[in-house]
Amino acid sequence: MPAIASEIATLLDSGNAVTVSADSYRARHTGNTPPAAGASTTATRSWKPWFPVIDYDRCTNCMQCLSFCLFDVYNVDENSLIQVRNQENCKTNCPACSRVCPEVAIMFPKYSGSPINGEPVNASDLSREKMKVNVSSLLGGDIYSTLRNRSDQAKSRFSTERSADKALAERKRCLDKLQRDGFIPAEVLAEIDLTNLPSPEEIQRRAAAASAKAQAALAANAAK
Amino acid sequence: MQSLLKKPQNPKYSQRMSHTLYCRCAYAQVISGPVKNARLEQLCASGEEFEAVPDLCEMAATRDPRLAELARRDDLRIIACHPRAVKGLFTQAGCPLPPTAEIVNMHESPSAS
Repeated sequence: MPAIASEIATLLDSGNAVTVSADSYRARHTGNTPPAAGASTTATRSWKPWFPVIDYDRCTNCMQCLSFCLFDVYNVDENSLIQVRNQENCKTNCPACSRVCPEVAIMFPKYSGSPINGEPVNASDLSREKMKVNVSSLLGGDIYSTLRNRSDQAKSRFSTERSADKALAERKRCLDKLQRDGFIPAEVLAEIDLTNLPSPEEIQRRAAAASAKAQAALAANAAK
Repeated sequence: MQSLLKKPQNPKYSQRMSHTLYCRCAYAQVISGPVKNARLEQLCASGEEFEAVPDLCEMAATRDPRLAELARRDDLRIIACHPRAVKGLFTQAGCPLPPTAEIVNMHESPSAS
């Protein structure tokens, strides 16, 4: 690699923006914190290089992402238009919201696979998404309500055989299945403390809150 | 602030009107090192003026005001990743790209595969 290109690459890799003119270049540090000596720049930056990006050319403002995400990443603006509001809440390497988007409108530029990484969306991508929506319809159109019913049934069952160990094993089995299906990357699961998962009630509370926000936004849009 | 090396003058430079932004795409191996280096070498060898940034995603995430300045230009050429993602990043940062912006996708570089 020629010397000048190598020097610029080094500056870039240590968090500097570089302006190159015809006969010289100058650099300015852009990172939130200066890189520590000997540390990789990845470890010293305070922003998370993982967040969803909405393709507004495809987005239909259906609020599926808002309803789906339990971490409050999405919200709507004053015109009830979906937005990425709390990107720092996003779980690194988890592209689950982009998988539930029926229009394939949610991208993660740092993701490796297409079309989540921003590659053009083709017909097979769209038909795959439509199939997921149909599965949702088969469940009665309201996944959360179905989950609530299942949870209620499970509670009555657990009342006779309540066991924290059994519940934990069941969660582990479910998470393993999600991983096998490619829904949750292994690195994300590795970070989850299985002994300290939110309770089903907490998950349902978050889901209900997200769903309520989505319903309110849809109602506001319908009233326009 | 640094001003280090002398670069050879390129007579083609004065004919080039676009403002080039090169994204180094830090933090992920989404675009391979050799592809990014090859593009950077090409730019350096061309003698044209350009701006290189560590990560366009970071600029969008932190709403770097430089993005808005760039988006106001009608001669912008961006060397980064998939055009859909680049457009989305600018839009999400509150400064949509003009239709005249040219996006060069490093994923489609000959040595990217």
